[in-house]
Amino acid sequence: MAWTREDMATLAGRDLQDGQYVNLGIGIPTLVANHLPEGVRVTLQSENGLLGIGPFPFEGEEDADLINAGKQTVTAQPGSSFFDSATSFAMIRGGHVQTAILGALQVSGHGDLANWQIPGKLVKGMGGAMDLVAGTPHVIVLTEHVSKDGTPKIVTHCDLPLTGQRCVDKIITDLAVFDVTEDGLVLRAHCADTNIDDLRAVTGAPFAVDLDPEFVGP
Amino acid sequence: MTKLRLSATELVAAHVFDGATVAVGGFGLSGNPTDLIHALRDSGAKDLTIVSNNMGVDGKGLGLLIENKQVTKVVSSYVGENKLFAEEFLSGALEVEFAPQGTLAERMRAGGAGIAGFFTKTGVGTPVAEGKQMQVFDGEEFVLERGIVADLSLVKAHRGDAEGNLVYRHTARNFNPLVATCGRVTIAEVEVYEGETYIDPDIVVTPGIFVQHVVLATPRVKDIEQRTVRPRPEGKA
Repeated sequence: MAWTREDMATLAGRDLQDGQYVNLGIGIPTLVANHLPEGVRVTLQSENGLLGIGPFPFEGEEDADLINAGKQTVTAQPGSSFFDSATSFAMIRGGHVQTAILGALQVSGHGDLANWQIPGKLVKGMGGAMDLVAGTPHVIVLTEHVSKDGTPKIVTHCDLPLTGQRCVDKIITDLAVFDVTEDGLVLRAHCADTNIDDLRAVTGAPFAVDLDPEFVGP
Repeated sequence: MTKLRLSATELVAAHVFDGATVAVGGFGLSGNPTDLIHALRDSGAKDLTIVSNNMGVDGKGLGLLIENKQVTKVVSSYVGENKLFAEEFLSGALEVEFAPQGTLAERMRAGGAGIAGFFTKTGVGTPVAEGKQMQVFDGEEFVLERGIVADLSLVKAHRGDAEGNLVYRHTARNFNPLVATCGRVTIAEVEVYEGETYIDPDIVVTPGIFVQHVVLATPRVKDIEQRTVRPRPEGKA
C-alpha cells in the first residue's frame, strides 16, 4: 500500500517546528493542520488575510466573512489577526511565514515547481503560490508520485509553466520522501511496498539515495 | 456634507465609461461589492478592463460581467471557479493578465501611493517575468512590476461614515483597502452606514480621503463558496 493522503500530511507535519508560522495550500496540504506531531503547535496563515486559522465552525455558525484561501468557512483562533492582502503578502514575500506546503502539477529534480496552468487545457491561475515559493524560507511539496495517467510528476525539467525556480526544499509523495539539494534529489525514505528500483521507474528525475535510518513510517 | 449616495446604479453609470479600467475588491465571493457589480452590469459599459483577484463564479460576482460580454481584459491571480471565463479565455475572446496574488495587491497599493513600479522576486524565472525589466539586488534577481491606477474602484466595507471612513469585517477585508486607494474615483458599498456618528478614528482602516462616494448595501444573505463545518460535540448545544 502506498501512503494515504493522511500519511503524507503526517510526514509533512514532522517537518514543522513548534511555534512556526505556516501557510498550507489547498488539498492534501490542508490536512497537515490535523496531523501535527504531539507538542507541536503552529500558527496557520491564510493569504486572504488571517493569521491564526482555527477549526471549521460548528454547523450553523459559519460566517461568509470568515474564510480561508480555499474559500472554506473557518474560525479564527484566540490571538489571531485580520489584515489586507498587501500586508498578508508582506508576511509571505518578506519571509516572515516560515514554511509553505503546497501541491504540484510537476516538480523538477532541482526544485522548480509548476502548479498553476496547463496551456490550452487548464486555466486557474497561480493565486498566491508564486509569492509563497519566492518568499518562504522552507517550501514542501505534497503530491501524488505520478499523475492519473501514470506519468511521473517528478521530472528533470518541468515543461509546464513554472510557479517558481529552484524553490522547493522537500518533496513528499504517496511513495517517497526526497530532499532537494544543490546536486539534485536525495531519497530519504519510501513506503514499505516499494523499492529503489521501482521508484526509479516512476520518477522522471535521477536521485541519490541516503535513507534516513531514524525514519519510521506514518 | 455626506458622501452617502442613494442610487448605486446612477452613481456607477455616471463614473464608468467604455474602455474603463475598474478595480474591484473581494476574495472569491467574500467581500464583494455586490450592488456595485450589479450596477456595473446595468450600466452596459463595454470593453472594460477588470482588475480583481478573482472573477466570481458562473452567475455570481464579476462572472455577471463576463456573461454580459462587457469585459475585454482581466487582471487576476486566480480564475479557477468560473467555467464561462475559462471557455472565453481558451477561445481567445478574453485577454487575461495573470498576476501573482501578492504582486497584484502590491501593484494596487503602489498605484494608490503614487509609486510607478517596484521590484519583487515573485515570478522570477516564470512566464510572469517574461518581457519585464530585471535587476539584481544583493546577488538576487528581481522583476519590475508596475503600479495600477484604476479609472473606477469598487469597494465593499462593513461600515462607513459620512466622511467615507471605512472598516471591514474579518477576511472580507482582503483586497478592499488596496482597491480603495488605487481608484481615480472610489465608491464604497457598506453594510452599515454610521452617518455623522462617525467611526472611531483609532480603528478606521481606510481613511475617507480615498473614498468619494458611499452607498448602503441592499440587505442580502452572503454567498459561501465552500461551506465547511464540523459536528457539534455530543451534549453541547
